[in-house]
Parts: sequence; C-alpha cells; structure tokens
Amino acid sequence: MSGPLLRARGLTKMFGARTGCVDVDLDLHESEVLAIVGESGSGKSTLLGLLSTQLEKTAGSLTYRRKDGVAVDLSSLSEMERRLLLRTEWGFVQQDARMGLRMNVSAGGNVGERLMAVGWRNYAAIRTESQDWLARVEIAADRMDDMPGAFSGGMRQRLQIARNMVTRPRLVFMDEPTGGLDVSVQARLLDLLRSLVAEGGLSVILVTHDLAVARLLSHRIAVMRQGRIVELGLADQVLEDPQHSYTQLLVSSVLQA
Amino acid sequence: MLHTLPRDESIRLEDVSKTFVLHLQDGARLPAVTRLSFSVRPGECVALHGSSGAGKSSVLKMIFGNYLTDEGLILVRSGDRVVNVATAEPRDVLALRRQTIGYVSQFLRVIPRVPCLDIVAAAAREDGCEETQALARARDLLARLNLPERLWGLPPATFSGGEQQRVNIARGFAAYRPIMLLDEPTASLDAANSEAVITLIGERKAAGAAIVGVFHDPAIRNRVADRLIAVSRPERSEAA
Repeated sequence: MSGPLLRARGLTKMFGARTGCVDVDLDLHESEVLAIVGESGSGKSTLLGLLSTQLEKTAGSLTYRRKDGVAVDLSSLSEMERRLLLRTEWGFVQQDARMGLRMNVSAGGNVGERLMAVGWRNYAAIRTESQDWLARVEIAADRMDDMPGAFSGGMRQRLQIARNMVTRPRLVFMDEPTGGLDVSVQARLLDLLRSLVAEGGLSVILVTHDLAVARLLSHRIAVMRQGRIVELGLADQVLEDPQHSYTQLLVSSVLQA
Repeated sequence: MLHTLPRDESIRLEDVSKTFVLHLQDGARLPAVTRLSFSVRPGECVALHGSSGAGKSSVLKMIFGNYLTDEGLILVRSGDRVVNVATAEPRDVLALRRQTIGYVSQFLRVIPRVPCLDIVAAAAREDGCEETQALARARDLLARLNLPERLWGLPPATFSGGEQQRVNIARGFAAYRPIMLLDEPTASLDAANSEAVITLIGERKAAGAAIVGVFHDPAIRNRVADRLIAVSRPERSEAA
C-alpha cells in the first residue's frame, strides 16, 4: 500500500465560459467511500464525470494507482488503455439503470457479458458466476433470463450493481444510485451497497444530494458549491459539526422524518 | 507531530476549547467547551458533570472526532501509538474508531431493514469474531440487557426508546475497545436494565478500558464513576 488510489490536483472543467468545476484537490484511498454532496448545479456530477474520465478536463491532473501498483496519469492513457481500465478495474453505476444496462439483453446476459469482456470463456462458469451475483443482489434465479425492461426500478438498479460488481472492480463511481426509488426499495439497496463496501477492497465515489445516504454509506463527505469543494471531512463530522456556511445551510434544510 | 502520554494514561485532554460559529445566525459564536483538561487511566471511569447544555456531550464527540476541536490536545493511546484526535486526519480517526475508541450515543442510528441481532453481531465481527462467535456474543448481550428474544430478528426502527437504547448499548459493548465513551447510556432504561448496564461497565473497567461517560442519574453516576470532572461553560473548567 503506497499512496492514494486516485489523486486529483487542481481539477477544472469549463464549458465554454461556464464553470463546471474548479480547482478540485482530492485523494481517495483504498477501501474508502467518498460522497460528493451538493445541490443540483453545484458541479458534483461534472466532478464525477472528470474523476471517471468520462469528461475531459480543462486543467489539472488526475492519477490512478493500478492493480499492478503503477500510478498512471489518466490523461496520458490511450483510448484502448482507458477502456481496458474501465472494464477491468472500474465500475460505473448510473442513476437511471437503463443507461447502465443493455435493455435488449437478459438479466443474466447483462452480468455475463462483463465477465466475457474480461476474458471469461467457459459458458457454464459464466452462468454460475452470474447467477451467484444475481442471488447476492436478491434477484431470483428464475428471473435470470428475463429482460431488464420487465423488472421494477429497484430490481433494475440491483441488476446494474451486479453487472458492475461481477468483475470485482477496485473503484466504482455511483451517480445518485438510490435516486428516484421508493424509500423501502432504497433501504434495501443501501443495505446491499453497505455490505459490498464492508467486505473491503472496494473504493467508491458516490454522488448524492441525499445527506442521509451520504452518512450511511460514506467515510468522508465533500460538499460542493458553485463548482468548488467548500468542505471536506469525516462524514459524521461534516454533518454534525459543519464549518462552512453553505454546509450549515444544507444540513439545517433537511427535513426530519 | 509526535505526541507522548504518561505510561498510566489512556486519554489526556489539554486546554481543549470549542466554539460553534453559526453562519446562519450572522456568525454568532457559541462557546461549547473552554480550556478543559483532564486525563483517564486504564480501568478508570470518569464522569463528566455539569448542568444541561454545559458541553458534556460535546466533549465526548470531540474525543470521538465527531466534532472538530478548535484548540488544545486530545491525546489517546492506540496500541503503541499516541494520536492527537484534535488534528488527526479523517483516516486516522476512522482507524481509531475501528480499533480503539467505542462510543455509545444516546440515539440508535442504523441502516433500515437490518435486524437488531445482525446490527450487534456486525459490531462483534469488526472486533475480529468469526460468524458463529459474533452471533453468540450478540445473543448473550441482548439477553443480558433483557431485550425480548422475539425482537432479535426485527429491525429496531419500530422498537420503543428503551429497547432501541439497549440495542445501541449491546452494539457498543459487542467489541472490546480500550477507550469507551458513553453518552447517557441509561437515559431511558428502567432500574433492572440500568443495573445490567452498570455491570457491563464494571466488567469493561476490570478488563482495563478507560471510560468517559455522561450519566444523568446521580445514583448511577456515583456507582460507576471513579472521579467526576466538572464541565461548565463558558468559564474555565476544573477537575473536581
């Protein structure tokens, strides 16, 4: 273990004259869950896009320490190298599961094709492994051959998580993974995400506007406002002893159930 | 910076101060703790003593790293290291919470849907117990705290305040931590259940844990605490 898994320095994204995110410094360590919170338009999704190399940065640096221990400058990777990394070491869970799934492929196929993409060839082994992961996310074996379109929103989200986790990624990016789900479905999903993280070895960068979700899942919270991180600290500390006026506003605006 | 603690101390606070700045109230400054100093030895329980709002819970939260500390040192012994919580990085605070400092808050905060037996067993697993041992320890604690067995398989969301608090205490005692912070652990418990908590605290003291607690009930406080530390605000606090 040496140094952070992901390191951003001065990360900046401009959309023409409009600011996406400015001068972000961030370290993510192994087995760490970092939540990025803020209102819509605060730049949190832009930052997630930059960190996951889905968006091209305007300025700054971004390095990632690969499984082989080598720290690579992510902007120096060729498109092929970048795609290999995405496939073998990373995962991305979208808010809308339909964006992260292949809707014309069965549930089992959605999970299995990720294994094939990292070199699995034995059909029986792929099917067994896929089935194991579907069971872990509580999708019954008899739904394996169904299309994701036939699933409820919560089930689709769990399927997307299985699709991402089956290749045992080291780093998973999540964009509002519980957004738009009923609270009962959300609780089940939170429980699943927590158990995946608790097994260790998995690092997560999670974007959410839900402070309760951030508190339950993350070790640290970064608060964004107008494209900048205005506060970064231990999750429960940021929420219970917020230092920045904007964080105090956010925390005091939450409805108590 | 490298800190040292006298051999016979587990925790030492030196001139610790904390002021809340309320930006939404025109930057109003609310002093919570002013120049507080005390230390705790292994096997000792000290009770923070003072009127409501004197900052007793804030002190516990600062030792746990839940509140930031503005000034002073909060030194805790963790294995063969001494960590200053007041300036520690989040990762170091998390490591302390995994290995060294246990905290029983007044309110149970858990993920919905998880049965209370699993909540307590999970804490035992963090202590290195394997599955059957963790479950056995969880059952033993819940039984000792008189939580009816029919509730063990249920998530605590619908439990009464006293039942939730007992789940919280069971969780807090499921792992051995050399430092324990107890925030009104008997606040909503009846006499029999308070007695069970007093016994648990006594066992941890005997095992060498250093305990800092806030106890609203003077009778309980006098039974578990070896010393009282006066906490008052905003003037200077002194050890009693």
